[in-house]
Amino acid sequence: MLDTPQGGLWVAFKATLKRDVTLMFRRRGELLNPLVFFALVVTLFPIGISPDPAVLSLIAPGLLWVAALLAALLSLDSLFRTDYDDGSLEQLLLTPQPLAVLGLAKVAAHWLFTGLPLAIVAPLLGIMLALPAGSYAVLSLSLAIGSASLSLIGAIGAALTVGIARGGVLLSLLILPLYIPVLIFGVGAVQAAINGDGIAAHLAMLGALLAASLLLAPWAIAASLRISING
Amino acid sequence: MWTFIHKWGSPKWFYAMSARVQPWCWAVSLLLIATGTVWGLAFAPTEVNQGQGDSFRIIYVHVPAAFLAQSVFVSMAAASLVFMVWKIKVADMAATVMAPFGAVMTFVALFSGAVWGVPTWGTWWMWDARLTSMLILLFLFLGVIALRGAFASRDSGSKAASVLAMVGVINIPIIKYSVDWWFTLHQPATFTLTSRPAMPTEMWLPLLVMVLGFYGFFIALTLMRTRNEILRREMNKRWVIDLIREAR
Repeated sequence: MLDTPQGGLWVAFKATLKRDVTLMFRRRGELLNPLVFFALVVTLFPIGISPDPAVLSLIAPGLLWVAALLAALLSLDSLFRTDYDDGSLEQLLLTPQPLAVLGLAKVAAHWLFTGLPLAIVAPLLGIMLALPAGSYAVLSLSLAIGSASLSLIGAIGAALTVGIARGGVLLSLLILPLYIPVLIFGVGAVQAAINGDGIAAHLAMLGALLAASLLLAPWAIAASLRISING
Repeated sequence: MWTFIHKWGSPKWFYAMSARVQPWCWAVSLLLIATGTVWGLAFAPTEVNQGQGDSFRIIYVHVPAAFLAQSVFVSMAAASLVFMVWKIKVADMAATVMAPFGAVMTFVALFSGAVWGVPTWGTWWMWDARLTSMLILLFLFLGVIALRGAFASRDSGSKAASVLAMVGVINIPIIKYSVDWWFTLHQPATFTLTSRPAMPTEMWLPLLVMVLGFYGFFIALTLMRTRNEILRREMNKRWVIDLIREAR
């Protein structure tokens, strides 16, 4: 009975992940959007504040983190939207496997195509902002860990607002306050690397936030999806 | 015991019983607030240790409001949990009316803090750890209110707002501690009020009265507004129609 169509948790997780990854590849143009947005926001700041490298290097860690956070936020609205519109979200609710695990698979796909690329591109933009040497790896690492928490927390908001026609602005109102701890420890890690202090504490806190959101967020996402669909 | 609790879950029973409790809550809370105000503003000694003079008396509004801001969020989340787990509609009505009150209290705490900042820090706003967490709390309240209003169906709005309130209440301590951490890293040199001298009894006793008065006010107002919400939502129920007919 190994290849019954139902299968266990892991099979369902992999299938959902694979489906989402395939869908992302089919819309390759959209994949670039968060990255372009990230680069654009970063471009605005030297124009708005000062092109002086001394000034820029001072604000670079926070600026890169905030810009990446906003880029991740922007992409959240579409996380469940297309599935909601074409009805496949309802199919997801009807599967025998727990919705929390399937939601987690969708979040994982979202992170693979927004959080991770943002973390990889960030050092490049760091050069443009005269980010002090020695903090580039930490910037990427903190963004990679932190953006996973951002995707998980943000997915709760996306699930809550998916049934609302114009939920985009509302989504940011709900989610941004919850992003603050991640931002604090993410920027803290980069700042500590620049100052030559220990980065372990900040990264450990980021990891703790990720562990907590991995544990709790899927249940909230599942509950929110049920509310959005069943009312 | 359980039947007692279940009775309170019925809107009709709640409406009838709260009518008896409500006047007492109002009387006690208003008496406490009046006593605390007069005592704090007129009789409590002037602050001399830090040279704040009479401006410290803002504490009698600021601290109770700040206490309430956090307590209201926790109560709202508790009511939301009761609503989500046991589907008790009265709990959701209470959560509905608590949210705007909590937002107002958070704003009062922020505003009185800003006014207090002028004589003590010489500025309206400082990115102080407590002010920052309060500001974030205000955004959380506004998010819950906005989400509830965004749904076309009231049931979905109630459930969504409940989930958000519970997510928020888990995050409040995390936000608070991370902001504290952030603040200790960026502590500005101009503001050093870290060693707070112990407050003399004549000062904190009126404060205690005010805090109790504010809590009483919260309970009384929540009862009153929940009653209104019950009438609004049960408008078409037999007992409400009878009630209105009797009143005429």
